[in-house]
Amino acid sequence: MSENEAAAAGPSQRSVEMGVAIATALLGVIIMLGSMDVGIGWGSEGPKSGFFPFYLGVIIVGSSVINLLDAARGPSDKRFADWSQLRQVVAIVIPTAFYVTVIPWAGIYVSSLILIAVFMMWLGSYRPLSAIGLATLIIVATYLTFEKWFLVPLPKGPVEDWLGL
Amino acid sequence: MEDIVNLFHGFAVVLQPYNILLMCIGILLGVIVGVLPGLGGANGVAILLPLTFSMSPTSAIIMLSCIYWGALFGGAITSILFNIPGEPWSVATTFDGHPMAQAGRAGEALTAAFTSSFVGALFAVIMITLVAPLVAKFALQFGPPEKFSVFFLAFCSFIGMGKEPPFKTIASMMIGFALAAVGLDSVTGQLRLTFGFTDLLNGFDFLVAVIGLFGIGEILLTMEEGLSFKGKSAGINPKVVLHTWLELPRYWMTSLRSCLIGCWMGISPAGATPASFMSYGIAKRVSPRGAHFGKGEIEGVVAPETAAHAAGTAALLPMLSLGVPGSPTAAVLLGGLLIWGLQPGPLLFVEQKDFVWGLIASMYLGNLAGLIIVLTCVPLFAAILRIPFSIIGPVILVFCAIGAYTVHNSSFDVVLMLIFGIAGYAMKKCNYPLAPMVLAIVLGDKAEEAFRQSLLASQGGLGVFFSNALVGSIMALGLIVLFLPLIQSAWTRMRGATAT
Repeated sequence: MSENEAAAAGPSQRSVEMGVAIATALLGVIIMLGSMDVGIGWGSEGPKSGFFPFYLGVIIVGSSVINLLDAARGPSDKRFADWSQLRQVVAIVIPTAFYVTVIPWAGIYVSSLILIAVFMMWLGSYRPLSAIGLATLIIVATYLTFEKWFLVPLPKGPVEDWLGL
Repeated sequence: MEDIVNLFHGFAVVLQPYNILLMCIGILLGVIVGVLPGLGGANGVAILLPLTFSMSPTSAIIMLSCIYWGALFGGAITSILFNIPGEPWSVATTFDGHPMAQAGRAGEALTAAFTSSFVGALFAVIMITLVAPLVAKFALQFGPPEKFSVFFLAFCSFIGMGKEPPFKTIASMMIGFALAAVGLDSVTGQLRLTFGFTDLLNGFDFLVAVIGLFGIGEILLTMEEGLSFKGKSAGINPKVVLHTWLELPRYWMTSLRSCLIGCWMGISPAGATPASFMSYGIAKRVSPRGAHFGKGEIEGVVAPETAAHAAGTAALLPMLSLGVPGSPTAAVLLGGLLIWGLQPGPLLFVEQKDFVWGLIASMYLGNLAGLIIVLTCVPLFAAILRIPFSIIGPVILVFCAIGAYTVHNSSFDVVLMLIFGIAGYAMKKCNYPLAPMVLAIVLGDKAEEAFRQSLLASQGGLGVFFSNALVGSIMALGLIVLFLPLIQSAWTRMRGATAT
């Protein structure tokens, strides 16, 4: 029973909202500091470059504090999401993070092919052959559409060089 | 009169075979974008924008705006057949559309939805044809303070009229403005907020933000909810269409009311989603069959669809005539104008007549083509939704990545896209609105420029924003809208006090 409850539990909406408010407040502080670097006063050319963003930073910090207080007053029993749901989200974020970091080296076509095939096998339990086959088909169609039809070049890697594309 | 001549000239431009082809491609892509979860109008247009880089601006805007019309049509298909709103503005369509489909009247519901969409769009386009040139002519006299006041009004209405908590809207909007400020300062040419990172020299592109916030964020939400599609089959044939068309004129009053609500909400940046809900709510209250709403009443499909389409179309009016987009998708189209080297705003009507009137003409024809395409291809689009998410999900991810990369041919933008995606997911779950953030990123530079130029002229005095009747009244209107929630709650409290 308690194990089921633990499996269904998750972070509370209140703590996540407070986290987001703190994050926006930090962003506001960074913006204020960055603006002070370039000057927030009045120069010979009128308001300096940091003038406008500095006050944006002030407003962001101010509204974040209000949001933080609001969130702290919220109910503590409302859940943001179940851990199992968050696991699904993380399960898509990690491969995607890997995908976006390898694009500069492997090119967009090969990494996309692998991404699609892996997702199909893992989420949809397709057989490797059909997953790779369909992924290849999609990528070839994408290549023809972008490079040949609309003349938009996309990043390529060693495999494309080897194929002479 | 001159406008009519220009409009016919616009029709001639659109009716070139190449442009008609682009129009049909745009509609088809748009419906697909509208049908698929994780791909909305704004995000779909943003991803496909790079395809248009090599086209002439007129052909490009025809294709992109048709993607937008297609997305507006597409939302209705999933709402009615699958009870899953493909777009937020078609949520209200599920209330009566899906019960109709369950009762075996899917064909009727779809025909009613598409036809009402067309009527709503047509009404809004006629309004744009008549009003936009006048607004543009008027706006040509605007100086920096007036320009800033229009931006001010647009952003205040997000805060005052949005359903999200006002301080969350403010935080989201100001972060958008701050992101727009990163990089080269357009007034002094100085670098700012880059913290020494060379990747930040060019600042944040709003297209990358749109693709991340709306595209990746939406996929993460879909994953969390673990969607499974269980749809009704779509039986649509000429007999059903004709039968429904004969029935529809009975609801002319609902249609007209929904058109007006849609146009109003579309011009003010409230957008299509609140317009569809408001229209549905009013129709339910006013209709003699109001008690049956929610059980499959055709009027309950007509009202939200008409309003959503009218609002979606009307959102282009301020974009064209003032350079202030009324919705995130209109903002993406405006970003497209900048990329093609056009300066959005009232001058378009003077300097780019072909472009403006070509766009307006394509709104008429694009919606007509859209109506025909969706009525004939519904089964095809419904079949797309039956493709499992394990295939569609990664393909959408790949297209988002390609879209983000092609904006500046930069791999760093793809990384930013993912960061925006995660931020968008968290913000959406915490009820922060994303639309004001996107609009702020698009308009940030222009708003700041207008603000600083005004201050420069007045030597720093804020009085310049109240220096004449025009700018003063726009600013005052903005302030009233800004404090609308406070005014309303004070009013109800006062009435409550007198009642007891």
